[in-house]
Order: sequence, then C-alpha cells, then structure tokens
Amino acid sequence: MSTPVAAKGLDAVREVTSEGYKYGFVTEIESETAPAGLNEDIIAFISAKKREPQWLLDWRLKAYRHWLEMPEPHWAKLRIAPIDYQAATYYAAPKRQNAPKSLDEVDPELLRTYEKLGIPLSERAALAGVAVDAVFDSVSVATTFKAKLGELGIIFCSFGEAVREHGDLVRKYLGSVVPQGDNFFAALNSAVFSDGSFVYVPEGVRCPMELSTYFRINAAKTGQFERTLIVADKGSYVSYLEGCTAPQRDENQLHAAVVELVALEGAEIKYSTVQNWYPGDAEGRGGIYNFVTKRGACRGSSSKISWTQVETGSAITWKYPSCILEGDNSVGEFYSVAITNNLQQADTGTKMIHIGRNTRSTIVSKGISAGRGQNTYRGLVRIQPKAENARNYTQCDSLLIGHKCGAHTVPYIEVRNPSARVEHEATTSKIDEDQMFYCRQRGLKQEDALSLIVNGFCKEVLKELPMEFAVEAQKLLAVSLEGSVG
Amino acid sequence: MLEIKNLHARIADGREILKGIDLVVAPGEVHAIMGPNGSGKSTLAGVLSGRPGYEVTEGTVLYRGRDLLALDPDERAREGVFLAFQYPVEIPGVNNMYFLRAALNSVRRARGEPELDAGQFLKAVRAKLKLLEIGDDLLQRAVNVGFSGGEKKRNEIFQMAMLEPKLAILDETDSGLDIDALRVVARGINKLHAPDRAMVLITHYQRLLDYIEPDRVHVLSRGRIVKSGDKMLAVELEKHGYAAFEAA
Repeated sequence: MSTPVAAKGLDAVREVTSEGYKYGFVTEIESETAPAGLNEDIIAFISAKKREPQWLLDWRLKAYRHWLEMPEPHWAKLRIAPIDYQAATYYAAPKRQNAPKSLDEVDPELLRTYEKLGIPLSERAALAGVAVDAVFDSVSVATTFKAKLGELGIIFCSFGEAVREHGDLVRKYLGSVVPQGDNFFAALNSAVFSDGSFVYVPEGVRCPMELSTYFRINAAKTGQFERTLIVADKGSYVSYLEGCTAPQRDENQLHAAVVELVALEGAEIKYSTVQNWYPGDAEGRGGIYNFVTKRGACRGSSSKISWTQVETGSAITWKYPSCILEGDNSVGEFYSVAITNNLQQADTGTKMIHIGRNTRSTIVSKGISAGRGQNTYRGLVRIQPKAENARNYTQCDSLLIGHKCGAHTVPYIEVRNPSARVEHEATTSKIDEDQMFYCRQRGLKQEDALSLIVNGFCKEVLKELPMEFAVEAQKLLAVSLEGSVG
Repeated sequence: MLEIKNLHARIADGREILKGIDLVVAPGEVHAIMGPNGSGKSTLAGVLSGRPGYEVTEGTVLYRGRDLLALDPDERAREGVFLAFQYPVEIPGVNNMYFLRAALNSVRRARGEPELDAGQFLKAVRAKLKLLEIGDDLLQRAVNVGFSGGEKKRNEIFQMAMLEPKLAILDETDSGLDIDALRVVARGINKLHAPDRAMVLITHYQRLLDYIEPDRVHVLSRGRIVKSGDKMLAVELEKHGYAAFEAA
C-alpha cells in the first residue's frame, strides 16, 4: 500500500533536485523510516515525503541552520540526561503491523486506567491503538463533522493537508508567532515537524463545537514533533481541545511541539490541553521529555486568548504557553494545573507580554508535587512602555504531598509603564492532615479524600475546561496521584 | 454498642492523657461526658474516631462487638461512627453537596446499599433539612469555607442526619454558639435520637443539657471518669463546679 505514496514522494524529490537542490540528497526515498540523525538531507527527505512546496523546505532549512547555532537551554529547574540529537530518528511512517487486533491483546493495566478515567467503552479500543476500522467508524464521524464546519467556512485539517490545500494561509501565518529561531526546541520542531493541526475560522464566525484534534482519538499518530496553527479572523470564536486524558505512550522519548495562535480584532481563542504522556515508571525510567513552545498573539484590538492546561504526564515538562497582547484592550489568560509524582519534573508557566493599551492578563497556576516530583512555576509579566493601564493578576498555589517533593515559584515582573497594575499572590502548603482526617471521618477512603482535596485545590482551573473534559480531568488527577499517600 | 475498658492513650510528646477509661453505651442511649479543659475529653473523641496523633497504650474498645481500634478512620466511619468536630475543617473548592454525596455513597456502598444519584440525593437532602428545620443556604458553598461558627456546627448536625450513624460522638458541639444557634443544634440532635443510635455528647458546660436530656452523665478528670450518674449529676456540677470532683 505504500508504493504509490512513495512513488509520489520520489517525484517530489525529483522536482526538488531538478530545481538544483544542492545539499547532496542521498537517503533512499522508498524507505519508510529516515536513518537516525539530523542533517539537511534528512530534512529534505521529510519535506519530500510530505510532498511539500519549496518554500516550506526552505523554511525548514532556515530553522535547521538556526538550530545548529543555538545552545540547548539549561535555565529551567530540570535535571535532564544528555539528549543525543543525532541518535534520534526524525521521520517514521506510522507502523501498522504491530497494532493489537482486539482489546484482548491490549495491556490489561492500560484498560484498567481507561476504566478509572471513565472513558466510554466504544472509545477504549481506538485509544489503545487497536486498528481503528475494526472497532469504530471514526472516519465517517470525522467526515460529517468536517462537512458541518465546511458550511461555515471553517478550515480544520491536518497540517500537511493545510500546506497542500491552503498554502497561502499557512505561509502567511506560519512562524509569525513563534519564529524559526525562537528557541532551541522551536527551531528543532520547525526543521523537522511531522504533522499537526491547522484551523482557520473566518470573520464573524463562531465555531459551534469544540474542536479536538482527533475527537480525542489519535487516529493517525502525528509523532513527536507536532505543529499546530490556529487563526481566528476578526470577530470569530473557537475553542480547541488538545490531548487526551488516556495515557499515551510513544517510543520516542523526545517531544518538541509548537503551537501558534493568532487572534485578529475582536476574536477569541480558547485552547485547552490535557497532557498525559507516559511519565516513566516509579523509579523514573523511561518517560517522555516534553519540550513545548506555545504562544498566542492577540493581534487585533479587543481580542482574547485563553490557555488552560492540565499537565499530568511526561517525565519532563518544559512549557510556557504565552500571550502577546499587541491589540489595545486585548486579554490573555493562563490557567494551569501541573502534577508531578514519583520522579517527574515540570517547569511550566506563562509569559504575558503587554504591548497594547488597556491590556489585561490573568494567571492562575496550581502546582501539585508528590513522591519525589519537582514542580516549578516560571512566569514573566512584562508591561511595555506603551501599554497604558495594563493589568495583571497572578495567583500561584503549590501543594506538597509527602516530604520528598519540591515546589518552586519563579515569577519575573517587568514594568515599563507607571500606569500598570500588577498583582502577584503565591501560596505553598502541605496537604492538610486535618482535611484528610475530616474526609476520612465522613467515610471517604484515603485516596478518595486526597483526590477530593486536590480537585478542590484545582477548582479554579478545572472550571475553565469544557464540561466533559473537566469530568475526565478530575478523575485523571486522582489516577495521577495514586500511591502518593499512605 | 460501645464498650470501653481500661483505655490508656498518649499523645506524640509521650504524655499520657487517658489513664484508664471505662464506659459502656447501649443502643438508643445518650451519654454526656463533662469535664474541665485538659481532662481528656477531646482525646477520647480523637481515639474513638481514629484521629492521627494518639497512641493507645492499654485497654480495649469494642464497637458492636468488633475491635474498633483495629479499624482505619474511614472504616470506622463506614461502620457507623460519626464525629461532630469541635472545629469543622474547611475544604476550599469542594462543594458541600458534592462532598456529602461522596461521603454518603461511600457509606452506602459499605452497607451494601445502592448509591444515590443526584436526584435521589437531593430528595434525601430536602427531607433532612425539613426534619432539622434548617435552611438550605449552606449547601452550595465550599465545605465550611467562610462559615460562621454556628453555620459550621449546623453543618455537622446536617451531615450526621444524612449519614445516619450508629454511634455519634459530638465533640463540644455547643462551644462558641449563641443561644439561637444552640437551640437549632440541640433540636437537630433530639430529632436524630433513635432507638438504634447511641450518642456521646462531649461538653464543657451544662447548658447543652438544658435542651438535651442525657441518660447518663460522666465526669472526666485528668484522664479518668471520676463520677457517673443520671442527668441530676450535670445540675450538681453546675452548682459546685468541677473542683469538687477533681481526681487526686
């Protein structure tokens, strides 16, 4: 089945090479997997495989050249084993032959987790990676969904498809919020990104449903370098859900995604994430390294971007969803819950850059550390000289469970306009013994009591999630903290 | 129902607080345990409910024929032991109704009864509010957060009504209440008096007993019950003070 695709890929490569591609392309195009390592040949291979236009290949190569000159960042409070970028594989066609054929072949531990999370039976098989056509017709669901969106002029498709079908839009906005050379991991992503999602909401359109990448089901693996671009035109609204409460495993340890959001005048984008990549075992073996760059630009006046994230997975989380408040009266929000258990480490927070007048931002961060987990909130609130009457409110709460974990708060505040008002509140507390005993005296088991208290602690963030997602997220918190007390 | 024999317990710093408590409470009985500050009243409530921080060094506690001390605090609760807290604990972000439904369903599961769905639960809540003649103003707030002293105690009695314990221990439920709040709480307790339910009222003052008639009154002093009697003992205490009963 791969022959026609490969043949087309080969054509694309020929096109590229005939145009005088001078980087010594040598890799076998029939191969479904690129050899390990990263160089310009590999990037050309990826681009050819994806049948990309020349401009995008050039864009990738520019990113790669930036990347070569950038040092790996080490300012975060993270202990990271050295990463060998030349040992990794940067392109692999999705494997099919290893997929389980039915739920009977799926790891029972995984199924128990789905059960605890309350994931509907009909979806469990698909989540577990059972060949999708055997269980549930997600393709037709997707088609109906897409037709409905199409009537409104909303574009919602894979990044690869967007490049082919809506090249001008992609070209206009790609890298406009996170430039290729923004940071080490964004540069790496820009050079080698595999696929992702693209959304465009036309002027004045309110997207009638929550957009979720795979209707929660990861039908096609987008791999470790995901790229997402969402553009909300004037006066439009869209709510986008990313991720999944079900635990996601991946053979690739290094993940570096980039998400760019653009909100034009009066537009609003709500972006919600539940991140539950494999965190490694109790001894810290394995687990995903998750280095994510997420940023939204409120370009137009009175635009709004709201980030909500529930981060429970990954061995290492390095992530600062940010808002650039360019438009006057624009609004940025960041609501975050980050849990670290066992040996997990998270360094996460946000940047709110106030440029326009009367811009407002709100930051609510809830960090929960258990086991030997380390949890850092790192945030920047910057008020630029022209940002008259800018307002920020920041609240950072940390909760410690046990006595071997750590919580750290690193807020940076830079104010260059005297009319600004910036508030920062922070608390750190241990899980309260009296609260635990009170709950248990009313009949709740120890782990249920903990889950109840933690959910209460996170309430302000969880209420920002879309309804069904919020219910699953609550259960996810409980599952993530299993074994952390008693 | 409850049979305490020669109970000794100490706190973390090693001080022995309970020095040989003997007490038998039968189903349907109301016992008042009175004593001055530091006599061990709250320690007794803590030991019976399984609060961390106490160590039982000697003695036994049988509850409905079982060794109560061998059970975890939540097991005791599911077996029907309820403690009305002297200082009810605030749980920010957790809705009072949600909390109570989680607790009730946990208890019901243990009893082998079906869990209540939201509708059934609401119905049960309404019935209890009516029984206790209290308002529904506390239900949608976070558990005890920002409650006045009276509201917190009223909430404890409401929880007790919902959970329908077999043994209710009320730890200074009357403390810090004005006379109106005291009446509401006392009325609630009287309404919940039942032939298969025992109650242990722990109190410093006699005034709660103006509203609730105990079957037995015990005076606790320096970790021992120094005198037991009927309700007249409380009146005597009020007249002469604790000094007359001090243990040597």
